[in-house]
Amino acid sequence: MNEHDQAETGGLRVDDPWYDVLAAGEWEGPEPPPVSLPSQARPADDHARVYREVQASGPFQEVRSRYRRFVFPAAAAFLAWYLLYVVLATAAPRLMARPLLGELNVAMVLGLAQFASTFLLTWAYARHARLRRDRAALDLRWDTQERMR
Amino acid sequence: MTGNHQGLALVLFTVFVSVTLAITAWAGRRRSSSVEFFAGGRLFSPLENGFAIAGDYMSAASFLGISGLIALFGYDGMLYSVGFLVAWLLVLLLVAELVRNCGRYTLADVLTARMRQRPVRIAAGTSSVIVSVLYLVAQMVGAGSLVSLLLGGQGSAARTWTVIGVGALMVFYVAFGGMRATTWIQIVKTVLLMGGTITLTVLVLLRFHGDLGALLRSAADGSGHGREFLGPGMLYGQSWTDRLDFISLGLALVLGTAGLPHILSRFYTVPTARSARRSVVWAIGLIGGFYLMTIVLGFGAAALVGSHTVRASNAAGNTAVPLLALDLGGGAGSTGGTVLFAVVGAVAFATILAVVAGITLASSASVAHDLHATLRRRKAAPGGKRRENQDVRVARVAAVCIGGVAIALSLFAQGQNVAFLVGLAFAVAASANLPALLFTLFWRRFTTRGTVWAIYGGLVPAVALVVLSPVVSGSPQSLFPGVDFQYFPLENPGLVSIPLGFAAGWLGTVLSRERADEDKFAEVEVRSLTGAGAV
Repeated sequence: MNEHDQAETGGLRVDDPWYDVLAAGEWEGPEPPPVSLPSQARPADDHARVYREVQASGPFQEVRSRYRRFVFPAAAAFLAWYLLYVVLATAAPRLMARPLLGELNVAMVLGLAQFASTFLLTWAYARHARLRRDRAALDLRWDTQERMR
Repeated sequence: MTGNHQGLALVLFTVFVSVTLAITAWAGRRRSSSVEFFAGGRLFSPLENGFAIAGDYMSAASFLGISGLIALFGYDGMLYSVGFLVAWLLVLLLVAELVRNCGRYTLADVLTARMRQRPVRIAAGTSSVIVSVLYLVAQMVGAGSLVSLLLGGQGSAARTWTVIGVGALMVFYVAFGGMRATTWIQIVKTVLLMGGTITLTVLVLLRFHGDLGALLRSAADGSGHGREFLGPGMLYGQSWTDRLDFISLGLALVLGTAGLPHILSRFYTVPTARSARRSVVWAIGLIGGFYLMTIVLGFGAAALVGSHTVRASNAAGNTAVPLLALDLGGGAGSTGGTVLFAVVGAVAFATILAVVAGITLASSASVAHDLHATLRRRKAAPGGKRRENQDVRVARVAAVCIGGVAIALSLFAQGQNVAFLVGLAFAVAASANLPALLFTLFWRRFTTRGTVWAIYGGLVPAVALVVLSPVVSGSPQSLFPGVDFQYFPLENPGLVSIPLGFAAGWLGTVLSRERADEDKFAEVEVRSLTGAGAV
């Protein structure tokens, strides 16, 4: 676990421009609920039981639903958007070849929009994970490992 | 091609090889535990790993191939750039962090966190090795063509020796330097590749005074097709099979990246899931920038060199970027042109070397950690120092064997188009590895039988459909042009085999006699999302 400590607390935001840009925005929603697992748990000699209890705990359910509520719709959306782009190029080449902005036609604009949406979603996901999930997940991690000692 | 190009390119390339050998010697001095050999000690920073991921991913096929396709076919080539980048969203959202939390060295580690060890390790190890070898052959065939194009050696002897040389170097890097050396080689290569690409892009834009409209106009003129060049249909618009083939390739590209073993093993070189996420963010920045620049270079080559000249030099378009560099530097015979041409050649070669080293390492890890450990040591007690050392020893031997197999196959496939092999590697990865991985992470009822079926149910159709495709027989460009056992019209099997992989995983689960182990699923879910118990 030393590796982990070192990297999480040590030189975190020294070398990562994306990270600093992201850190500038403040998350204004509710804080993640404080982690409190059912504390009447028996001494944790049984790993499987600890995992089951953590899985059923409120804080973990919250982390999981925050993760899933973001990634499932986002993944479905970007896959659909990419497939639409691929299928349009093959099924509606005329539409795609229509000039839009000077030399740029619909196809090129959509292609560049794919780049833009990829960067945007990357930024949004990294921000969401950092502000809404990382803290709670780390608390759960220490808590779970503590109980399994 | 004059002697100057070759001389300078050789000098630059020798410098690169010397640097990488020095890195290998430096990394090889450390003691060789499993963590050191397979994961480089797990203490790389997100920045370093991001560069290494980009290095593993951006192959010479991208640098030369995609720009060349754009130079020849305009917009249709650009679809590759988009697919290769968008694929990373899947890795970022669904795979990177969870895999980092659940695994140790390979894909099979994640799957066996829930499933029975033996059948799953054998299946995942086999498919990982097959994907890696396909990808490896594509890169090495590319190296052979590149050398004969750049260094002027048109004879087959130069190619053969290049393939053997590349194979020997990659085995050396992996066997002696392990993951630490491989990672630093990737980082050096990414810096070189980005530097070369940025230089060329800036020169192209300067030539057009920053006016992208003018660049596209002259590209359309230079292509000889006019405005059609900027719209879809030049490459994939002839018939419905062409179009389906394109959709198939598009699907394989976007879903395959998340199943590539050498990409997955990259996430184990950083300490936490959070660092894995940040390395992917870095990688997406680098890869996105790179593919945007390949588009500029492709249209630049069409505008400045002309599609006709590019095609005359190499029918597949692979020389578009070197020819563009020659033109940007001042034309053939000028000092600037000679230097830029040589730099592009050396960068492309460095790219190939780094990529093959990464793949060889990942596949030797699968052989040692998954296949050998399962098949040979059934009775031995797991864990312990001796076992670790044995894994590393086996991996070194495996690297030599895989290198040998790849060299032999590459020599056999020398005349082949490399794009189809890359597309095939992606299709197999998407069909065999991705369904098992996603089901393991997200589906509560998924069972051991489902896992094994998902892997073989994607792997076997993907490989079989290729064997029955026009790539192997039945057309003049086939591997065996003389015979005809072509029953499947598409060159890329992804459109059929990827859904089959998912369907087989579902069917195997439904037909399982045993129920999914709820305890194990709880463990995987908690570990993957929190990092509890991660190594």
